[in-house]
Amino acid sequence: MDMLTLSHVKKCFGENPVLKDVSLSVPEHTIFGFVGKNGAGKTTTMKLILGLLAPDEGEILVDGLPVRYGDTATNRLIGYLPDVPEFYSYMTPVEYLTFCGGITGMEKREIQKRQEELLALVGLEKNRRIKGFSRGMKQRLGIAQALLHRPKLLICDEPTSALDPVGRKELLDILVAAKEKTTVLFSTHILSDVEHICDELAVLHEGKIVLQGALEEVRNARRETAMELEVERQEDVALLLAEFPFLQPVGRNGLLLRDEIHLPELLFFIARRKLSFLRMERQEATLEDLFLEVIGE
Amino acid sequence: MTAFLKKEWTESVRTGRLWVLVFIFALFGIMNPAIAKLTPWMMEIMGEQFAEAGIVADAVTVDAMTSWTQFYKNIPLALILFVLLNSGSFTVEYQKGTLIPVVTKGLSRRKIVAAKTLMLFGSWTALYLLCLGITYGYNEYFWDNGIASFWLFGALGFWLFGLWVIGWMIFFSTLAGSSIQVLFATGILTLGMYLLGLFPVLGRIFPARLMSGMSLLRGAERPEDLYGSILFTCLMLLFSILASFPCFDRKKL
Repeated sequence: MDMLTLSHVKKCFGENPVLKDVSLSVPEHTIFGFVGKNGAGKTTTMKLILGLLAPDEGEILVDGLPVRYGDTATNRLIGYLPDVPEFYSYMTPVEYLTFCGGITGMEKREIQKRQEELLALVGLEKNRRIKGFSRGMKQRLGIAQALLHRPKLLICDEPTSALDPVGRKELLDILVAAKEKTTVLFSTHILSDVEHICDELAVLHEGKIVLQGALEEVRNARRETAMELEVERQEDVALLLAEFPFLQPVGRNGLLLRDEIHLPELLFFIARRKLSFLRMERQEATLEDLFLEVIGE
Repeated sequence: MTAFLKKEWTESVRTGRLWVLVFIFALFGIMNPAIAKLTPWMMEIMGEQFAEAGIVADAVTVDAMTSWTQFYKNIPLALILFVLLNSGSFTVEYQKGTLIPVVTKGLSRRKIVAAKTLMLFGSWTALYLLCLGITYGYNEYFWDNGIASFWLFGALGFWLFGLWVIGWMIFFSTLAGSSIQVLFATGILTLGMYLLGLFPVLGRIFPARLMSGMSLLRGAERPEDLYGSILFTCLMLLFSILASFPCFDRKKL
């Protein structure tokens, strides 16, 4: 079953169309990477899902229930970590989590138990006021408050962008651990994060979803391999190019062979002429190549 | 809603806003009788200077009425300070984005407005009682409140006027983006209603009439004379509260 569905969602800010026609579905218990350049409309999409903005057209369903702008009951199912989370600075993490538990109607004992678990998980001091927190610490508290009431859907807006490498790794681990009990939708422009933890992904570009699917499928469908050859002497490059005009020069002494059907004759030529080469390597398309390809850059 | 109400309380205590207001209202409460008490003494000192200048100052007699006059002069200023200090109750949260985690956890927006309204009305009532109680107590101790007729009714009138101003401040808070806008709109409305109230026909029922508790105390007016403006004020107050809810539902956070 799908935990989240967007169908034909459109949103304009004045004359500026931010989302032109966005449709996507997030299956239950997956980590869904929502990828796009800065300003692609990722945050806007998330705010629409949370009922913080009203769509101009289209429908959004969370666990089968429609999202309404303003006061939406679906938010009870969601845990949200904003890109720059802000909390009441005069409270301590314990007080803030108790407050959050209170507004979601959790029982006192449950709040107590969860807050202890979560503060230990994110590694925050219990009784220091939020006032002096760094952005990374706020991000940690943000993930704790988002997970507190065991939401069915966890939405994180660029959760790793403010963190140092250690913090990033820890946060990704938390998301992977959360997957067992919840569905995670997180936006990012850091593709290695997607490669590490996502099951599915969607790429948003110029207000449209340009690529969507399971990570493996997407990779396989677009798998484009090539052979890269590096020779020792520069004059050999010219020699090979004269014989095989379809080769592409790369770097100083490198050549790229896109169509591997010509590989035997190329190897034969190299052997016959006794050309010395430094390496021959098969290249696979990375997510970054895919991303650049689908957004047309 | 209890959790949000508790948060409002913690906020006003920890940011020190509550203590500043307690100090202001208590100070005003003490100042009213103190000024009355000190008037003869000041007149005596200044009388010598006046005499030199050829002005003859009669000995003044002060009583509870002098102190009540001070009360009605000072309490509007206390209300203004209350509104100034609380004008950011909503807007500061919009600017910081602190309501986003709250709303996205599924707390109904109506409960947020209800909790904030309850907190503001409650603290105005408590602070007003503090100021009123101190003034009343000193008056009773030094003089006799018996000469002020309908003092309680007069006091209720200004309390209602305060609720009316705060109610509209909340309403404007659900529309505006900054506390300056809230203050500006509340100020314009209050001033506008006050100016319109100068026309005798409108003045009889407009909220500003509730500020003139002194005419009740002096016996120039009777409670019945204020019924019209009490009713009109209550209706406007009710409207401001009821309108705040749908406005806040549509508010972009």
